[in-house]
Amino acid sequence: MGRRVLVTGVAGTLGGLVAAELARVPGVDRVIGVDSSTPTVPPGDGVEVLSLDVRNASVVTAVRGLGVDTVVHMGVITTPVEAGGRASMKEINVIGTMHLLAACQKLPTLDRLIVRSSAGVYGSGPADPAMFTEVTEPTRPPRSGWGRDCIDVEASVRGFARRRRDVATSTLRFAHAIGPTLRTGFTDLFLLPAVPAPLGRDARLQFVHTDDIVAAVVRAATIGCPATGQINVAGPGCITVMQAARMAGRLVLGLPAAALRRLHRFPGAARGMDLTDDDIALLSFGRVLDTSRMTTVLGLRPAYSTAQAFADFVAARQLSSPMSRVLSAVRPT
Amino acid sequence: MRHESSSALVRDAAERAGRERDRRRQRLTPLLDQAAETAARDDQQYDHDQAQHRQAPDHEAPDHEAPEHEAPDHEAQHRQAPDHEAHDQEAHHQSDPLPTTNDPPSPPGTGPAADGQPGSHPPSPDLPPLLADALDFILRRISGEYAIDEFGFDREFVTGVLFPLLRPLSEHWFRVDVRGAENIPDSGAALLVSNHSGTLPWDGLMTQLAVHDVTPSRRVMRPLAAELMFATPVVGDIARRAGATLAAAADAERLLSAGELVGVWPEGFKGIGKLYRDRYRLQRFGRGGFVSSAIRTGAPIIPVSVVGAEETYPMLADVSPLAKLTGMPYWPLTPTWPWLGPLGLVPLPSKWIIDFGMPVPTDIHQPSDADDPLVVLEMTDHIREIIQRTLYALLVQRGPAFG
Repeated sequence: MGRRVLVTGVAGTLGGLVAAELARVPGVDRVIGVDSSTPTVPPGDGVEVLSLDVRNASVVTAVRGLGVDTVVHMGVITTPVEAGGRASMKEINVIGTMHLLAACQKLPTLDRLIVRSSAGVYGSGPADPAMFTEVTEPTRPPRSGWGRDCIDVEASVRGFARRRRDVATSTLRFAHAIGPTLRTGFTDLFLLPAVPAPLGRDARLQFVHTDDIVAAVVRAATIGCPATGQINVAGPGCITVMQAARMAGRLVLGLPAAALRRLHRFPGAARGMDLTDDDIALLSFGRVLDTSRMTTVLGLRPAYSTAQAFADFVAARQLSSPMSRVLSAVRPT
Repeated sequence: MRHESSSALVRDAAERAGRERDRRRQRLTPLLDQAAETAARDDQQYDHDQAQHRQAPDHEAPDHEAPEHEAPDHEAQHRQAPDHEAHDQEAHHQSDPLPTTNDPPSPPGTGPAADGQPGSHPPSPDLPPLLADALDFILRRISGEYAIDEFGFDREFVTGVLFPLLRPLSEHWFRVDVRGAENIPDSGAALLVSNHSGTLPWDGLMTQLAVHDVTPSRRVMRPLAAELMFATPVVGDIARRAGATLAAAADAERLLSAGELVGVWPEGFKGIGKLYRDRYRLQRFGRGGFVSSAIRTGAPIIPVSVVGAEETYPMLADVSPLAKLTGMPYWPLTPTWPWLGPLGLVPLPSKWIIDFGMPVPTDIHQPSDADDPLVVLEMTDHIREIIQRTLYALLVQRGPAFG
């Protein structure tokens, strides 16, 4: 009998892509997508969409009869704008995950759980090593936002893994997602006329392409020997903030931290674009992941390096500026 | 609302730019691949591979760059390629940092394009090759088409910008006499352990330059630096680009396992911030964490003794209340600082000797000995002894600091 997969958060960009891709995998019989809101774009053929709020106990009764053996939890959100506020975002991420795990615990057929987490759990500081492995102790753990939520989500998942040892549990810690179709507050920074960044800093950034995120999740859900525990997922290599800005044909605008916290007051900036202290720390000290577990345990070789993923984003956004036009005119091609 | 206007702005710009998207995609992706490849290569192969690598873009040209060119244009590029390669090679040799002190210094300004990574674009036929390479270098930096490694190390920046700036200082100001160059392995890992002095870490920079200039394969030593350095704006950023990373076991062992030359100054702030009257007296060597890392990775330890840095800023007193106030490890008073203002930052022109000692093997120990305090502390003392003895001997040989 083939696999029966439940995917949460199918209304989101990544959740939808994952569900659609899973439906195409030969060994998968059924893909059931769950979200509180109906997807604006249907995820595609072979995905049954249920309108359910995972924060509600009804998810248990709804899911029990389906004989689900794999749960893919993509129903977490990364920015307060998507949720309509920080409080609501935390509710969806942390409480939502707790409810889902409570439901999972009562699913006798379940043998695999994949949870989307983030490299934000490591925070960023001057005393951190150049590369984070899955066991590196962060010196400055995040205190707010998405990174903080991921720490709480991972704590619940570890508790679940202890209680249900028969379920292979994988937590995927993704670097910043980037891609032609995805918009996040962080990548929106590079759409501004000048990229705001902390004064006197040029931190190392790492990205992971949306295609590789989908590939990683699908692989974790379907490989024969489950990749359990925490796994860093990122495009190989890194680029600096200044380098990224230059690739996007932008200049970097060095600002003190106080100004970065009130970015929405700048012309051309969007609401909700303000940077949190954790974002500012990342833009100051950078973060690079050691992805050896990704290649050895998960067996994933990303199609895009960090630089290529960013280049793809730049190409898709058709970013252009006076500077890049001058460049293309001056240089011999 | 503003969100909308920002995306409208982008869309508008994109339309105006017309075919920009495809052109950028075509151009960026293969170049980045190529840059990343270059960065990933082992140091020892660096010079050796130069010639081969330069040909690579031409081989790939039909796949990657073809859509960008009109057919006749493409032909022209091929004809041009060998010519470009020859120029490039020539430029490279011309600016090669020279291993012996008798040779004339390399002409300033030739560094950037020549010693960096191979040019990604054939230069315009009407420009002299050096100028074309320099232009190419600047354009690539402006458009972000260069590669750094995971530690933030930017080889092109170091060999093309930083070292050419330091070289005159080393050759004419400090007149650095490099000894024991043959003790630095031309390939494979080694841990260089040095004394630390001089208030500002000129000794680290000069040692890094010396290692690069005396090794046939132009190796760049990767310094291990204090957290304070990475917490400081601008300084921390330049340090990472210059190849430095945090002085912690994780980073040290990652670099050594990758076969790099790693530099460490175990005295830390106690050494660099000591008073002039304590000069050439080695401070405590910490807990010997560097020895543990060397044993765990089997890398030999090369004792490095630097004479001359102590006299660059003779520190007469340490105003510790000011240091506490500003969060600095020490706050120096020298004969020129702070009395002469920014002029006080000019190091005194003392005569330097940098001596690379015989490598001390660590692979006679088991990796498990890295956690044995007896083995670690004994070896730490041994290395410290070697450096202290060498320092006294070199001091006698050098004579007066400003003679």
